[in-house]
Amino acid sequence: MHILACVKQTPKSDNVKIDPATGCLIRSGAESAMNPFDEYALEEAVVLKEQLGGQVSVITMGPPAAENVLRDSIARGADKVYQLSDMAFAGSDTWSTSYALAKGAEKINEAQKIDLIICGKQTNDSDTGHIGPQISAWLNWPNAAFVKRVVKADEQCIVVERLTESGTEILQLPYPCVISVVKEISNPRVRSVKGRMAAKRAEVVKWTADDIGADKNKLGIQHCPTRVVKSFSPQRNTNAVVVDGANGKEKAAKLVALLKENKYI
Amino acid sequence: MDYAINEMEQETLNATREFAQKKLKPVRAEMDAKEVFSPEILQEFRKSGMFGLWLPEKYGGLGGGITCLAMAFEEFSRVCAGLALTPGTTALGAIPMFLAATEAQRERWCYDLASGKKLWAFALTEPEAGSDASALKTTAIKDGDFYIVNGTKHFISTGKEADFYTVAVNTNPARGARGISLLVIEKGTPGFTFGKKEEKMGIRTNPTYELIFENVRVPRENLLGSEGRGLLYVQETLDYSRPGVAAQAVGIAQGALDETIPYLRTRKQFGQPIITFQALAHKVAELAAKTEAGRAMVYNLTHRMDEEFLPAVKAALENGTPVHDELKKIKGVRWTKYSAMAKLFCANTAMEVADECVTLCGGVAYMRDFPLEKFMRDAKITQIYEGTTHIQKNEIIAALIKEYAAKGE
Repeated sequence: MHILACVKQTPKSDNVKIDPATGCLIRSGAESAMNPFDEYALEEAVVLKEQLGGQVSVITMGPPAAENVLRDSIARGADKVYQLSDMAFAGSDTWSTSYALAKGAEKINEAQKIDLIICGKQTNDSDTGHIGPQISAWLNWPNAAFVKRVVKADEQCIVVERLTESGTEILQLPYPCVISVVKEISNPRVRSVKGRMAAKRAEVVKWTADDIGADKNKLGIQHCPTRVVKSFSPQRNTNAVVVDGANGKEKAAKLVALLKENKYI
Repeated sequence: MDYAINEMEQETLNATREFAQKKLKPVRAEMDAKEVFSPEILQEFRKSGMFGLWLPEKYGGLGGGITCLAMAFEEFSRVCAGLALTPGTTALGAIPMFLAATEAQRERWCYDLASGKKLWAFALTEPEAGSDASALKTTAIKDGDFYIVNGTKHFISTGKEADFYTVAVNTNPARGARGISLLVIEKGTPGFTFGKKEEKMGIRTNPTYELIFENVRVPRENLLGSEGRGLLYVQETLDYSRPGVAAQAVGIAQGALDETIPYLRTRKQFGQPIITFQALAHKVAELAAKTEAGRAMVYNLTHRMDEEFLPAVKAALENGTPVHDELKKIKGVRWTKYSAMAKLFCANTAMEVADECVTLCGGVAYMRDFPLEKFMRDAKITQIYEGTTHIQKNEIIAALIKEYAAKGE
């Protein structure tokens, strides 16, 4: 089984500020780490490798410093790591990014057939949730998004349970395929001592746009179809009502009355 | 102070600290209250490679020796001395095997040991043989290619959960202590059952069981080393494992201080943080100094031990010989006295620090919502298991008398 996990280096804090003038994230000074959802994706890849045997490769696209997230992947149990780094990628939206990752995956696939690509459901810095499904579209491989559980995986196929708005779905996918996962999928391990030591010595394979044979007309900010008009912290629209009362009994009675009044019960 | 002298030891500290904070701290209170073993935490220890720290890379271990084992035990115990025993007692059960095993036995057992797939436990104590190990009554009588084992062990840590038990038995009762041998007995062997589960003061998440052997047939290949040398292997094991208990005690003391100092800084009485009262402040300073002294003792000792242990392991793997035999060839120092000193000092320090920390913090520390009462309960075991505090003193004075007698003084 050859599994490719896609990871991204993102700001560590979930408290990143947005520059009100430009509408962009203020990244300077923010500590970087692996996108939290990608930790769950990589953990699931490593768990599947431990169950079925094989290899976990990891790919990221990002500036030279994003190498750190690949070394971290080695510490978490990955075997080989690939970095797409080129000025041509700068400013790419999800359409361009997924194109580059798909081209990278194709190149890895040529050398060693990939069975499964696992992505986190979204990143904590852009939140789109597009990348997994878009990679599958570029590769024309089947896709399941919002996967919360691998029901069964063997040499032939993978059966997954995915979240939908109304409940869950069980899907069986043939290989090769792409899944993107939610955090219920796995419980990321603490990096082992061996992993930490291997991470420092690991070889990071670095590829440019030319190395992966990417069409430069599909890359970078000038070729993306997406235009960011404005970024902002969403306003919290809550209509919460605090129920007051002298004691629990009184508060409970008021709460029940309120729920009845609004026809919730 | 960190006593790591190389990258491997430093990364062991980094990994075990992160592990303790992320995996042990969130569940320690619940596991202590429920007094049950946690298969989920066991799985976390496995996934992070915490069983193989002291074992050679050949078997999937890290190759870190006694120091890495002690460091892990300190850092886990700093958060929860009970959960720390999941890898801790497996090491205790497996050290005598690792020392005395033939190459074939190592091949059989060490891979699953290093991965944590199989847990080990050490079974020496009996209802009538504790400090006096030579009085043990469990017998193993030879019957062709098997031993027939009969007897009862009690107070066995990780009982029922462990897969392999290193059991001290008497293969030649007529010879008394010189008839004691070590057998590895696998869970599930017919006639091997578990008796009473103990309810304990501390280290409650680690199950303590009685082991009952009724005509258990154990194959000869499960004998460690040679017959009659069991107590020698036990002594050698304790020499290596007591610094581990000492490290656990240092962890408990440090953990108690980690809870106490922030509380004393924020708790205000008479209009000021209570740590500014000199009577309390000086007490904390003394406790911290003793804890650091204990830590220095432990890691100076384990580093010296590793200077012999690691080359002996290397030679044993190269030559296909038991580690015990290679140790004998290069061994310069008998560690018993120093191991006993480290355990004596650190265990007493842990008990004193935990006790004083409860007093320093006052009422809040007596309540179960605050972790200090647990540290106090857990600390007590370090003065008892692997030889009580009094037994450590016996070991020390016996060694001293021998040393001075040899000098003719």
